[in-house]
Amino acid sequence: MSIRKFAFSLFALTALALPAHAKEGGGHGEAAQHWSFKGMTGTYDRAALQRGFEVYRQVCASCHSLNLLSYRNLADLGYSEDQIKAIASEYAVMDGPNDEGEMFERPARPSDRFKAPFANKKAAMYANNGAYPPDMSLLAKARHGGADYIYGIMTGYADAPENMTLMQGQYWNAAMHGNIIAMSPPLSDGMVSYEDGTEGTLHQYAMDIATFLTWAAEPHMEARKRTGLKALIFLLVFSFIMYGVKKRVWQDAH
Amino acid sequence: MASGKREPFDNAFVEWVDSRLPIFTLMVKEYRAFPTPKNFNYFWNFGAIAMVMLVLMIVTGIVLAMHYTPHATMAFNSVERIMRDVNWGWMLRYMHMNGASFFFIAVYIHIFRGMYYGSYKKPRELLWIFGVLIFLLMMATAFMGYTLPWSQMGGWAATVITNLFSAIPLVGEKLVALLWGGFSVDNPTLNRFFSLHYLLPFVILGVVVLHVWALHVTGSNNPLGIEPNGPQDTVPFHPYYTAKDTFGLSVFLILYVVVTFWFPNVFAHPDHFVQYDSMVTPPHIVPEWYFLPYYAILRSITFDIGIPFTDIVFINAKFGGVIAMFGAVIVLFFLPWFDSHPVRSARFRPWYKIALLALALDFILLGYVGMETADAVKFGIPLVYVGQICTLYYFAFFVAIVPWLSKNEKALPLPKSINDAVLAAKGA
Repeated sequence: MSIRKFAFSLFALTALALPAHAKEGGGHGEAAQHWSFKGMTGTYDRAALQRGFEVYRQVCASCHSLNLLSYRNLADLGYSEDQIKAIASEYAVMDGPNDEGEMFERPARPSDRFKAPFANKKAAMYANNGAYPPDMSLLAKARHGGADYIYGIMTGYADAPENMTLMQGQYWNAAMHGNIIAMSPPLSDGMVSYEDGTEGTLHQYAMDIATFLTWAAEPHMEARKRTGLKALIFLLVFSFIMYGVKKRVWQDAH
Repeated sequence: MASGKREPFDNAFVEWVDSRLPIFTLMVKEYRAFPTPKNFNYFWNFGAIAMVMLVLMIVTGIVLAMHYTPHATMAFNSVERIMRDVNWGWMLRYMHMNGASFFFIAVYIHIFRGMYYGSYKKPRELLWIFGVLIFLLMMATAFMGYTLPWSQMGGWAATVITNLFSAIPLVGEKLVALLWGGFSVDNPTLNRFFSLHYLLPFVILGVVVLHVWALHVTGSNNPLGIEPNGPQDTVPFHPYYTAKDTFGLSVFLILYVVVTFWFPNVFAHPDHFVQYDSMVTPPHIVPEWYFLPYYAILRSITFDIGIPFTDIVFINAKFGGVIAMFGAVIVLFFLPWFDSHPVRSARFRPWYKIALLALALDFILLGYVGMETADAVKFGIPLVYVGQICTLYYFAFFVAIVPWLSKNEKALPLPKSINDAVLAAKGA
């Protein structure tokens, strides 16, 4: 075997081994959905982001925080400055101390972080039967499968098999590791009515919330791919030129 | 350094500087005129590539440090602030994260090239030793960098790796307390890891200077492993190898850009995106991919070493694993003395070539074993046995196979000169 061939097979082997790194420890393998943000130039579907935000604030936000996001970040979803101000002002946040040393409540501003449903982790656990509803800011990156996993959890509820007994406050879910989840089925058909007239099905809600949470975890994905494309085109052209330069320099060396 | 006879420069300013500090003379001597064997293949690109990656890591790292907060309660969120709010922060962070992986890819290929073509042999032993030292320093730096986001994976990797030192007899417990800066992995641990993570790259840079210096004393090895006899065997470094290195670097960077901008988290486990919690152990703690072979070696020692059929134990399994893991790197230092065969290049040593290619596969297999859980079974074979056999081969290669071949292998006939070989290849 020539060293060149060997190097190539080494590379191929490594490439084959990589996906295995990602598979370990997951649930039961969620079916891959079709996402707008996949692919070399994929972008977030703005309408899906806005619908997903609607699902988040009407349903998820009653238990799950989104601590790493500010209201101003909603500009990415296509909301105008006034719309963001209006959305923020629906929430009351604690500020202070004022000149008299008192803490006070005021309507949230675009620069404020998303208001969390509970004051702290203990309060969240106390209100949820001892289970902690995780912060959702990075959820799409913090679980194997990402958006497909979130979609899988949303749509994975079913009756437990007969040989499995669930305790009070436990539910069976196909996508969950070990199939036991402490969250009651959060979404069902018709639960949230969409302003844009999209039909409110469980499938639609699950797709939209997964898109929204993928954006929340990776808000600069579009800029990343755009920048990457520029760098890639530059390097391809540069490599091509340098190949010519190298050939030219070496032509009379031997 | 470059004192003594000096050719004057035409440019008045250059001449003014050079007559006081002959830095231009040095550059001309070492990077323009430097006689370099003319038969390099593309494996010789990876030294320059590694150098560029080191500089890239230092530059991105310095800017990241401007925005990062080394505190147990703030580190995770400060990294997220870099990802979300700092201008181009996401790009710096992803370039740094994936830059580490590509730095290791370049260095692993560079090490393999050195072993394949016998670049570690006389008179380049010290050059090789500096190289292994760089590799060791890189491992320490990368490990500490891995912990800095203070994620579940980072914090627990710190816990697992620092705990290894407790296996050392007598001083182990004290050493661990010193590494931790207390009685558990906590804020003082993060602080010292950050400090060292910032320091070590500059130590690496210093050793790289020694590495390059030593290289410029002996000159480069080449795929034939024979020394150049005169000017007909060499070309000046510039423009021949500056052009070739730039081309190779550019191709390497294409791969780096594809991963950094389209698959930035392909090397990252989901537990990197959960804040460290000392009360919740992740089900599967894995190091970065470039440590996986050594991790597998660590876990291969599952038995105590002592007098058989008695209860006397000299080295327990944990300490044995630690010795094996560090030994797997330390053994590289001694390669020039394990192998004293007069022929350098594996091209002319058919048996050494097979043994080395087997070692490369062995290393990849170890990496695979390191990636799986300790109790994993594949095709009915517990992977721990695979790891043990691979570990055995790894050490056997250095301490038995190579020394034996060194004495007994009959090499193929060597070409008379680099020039002859190049011309013969052209004519063929």
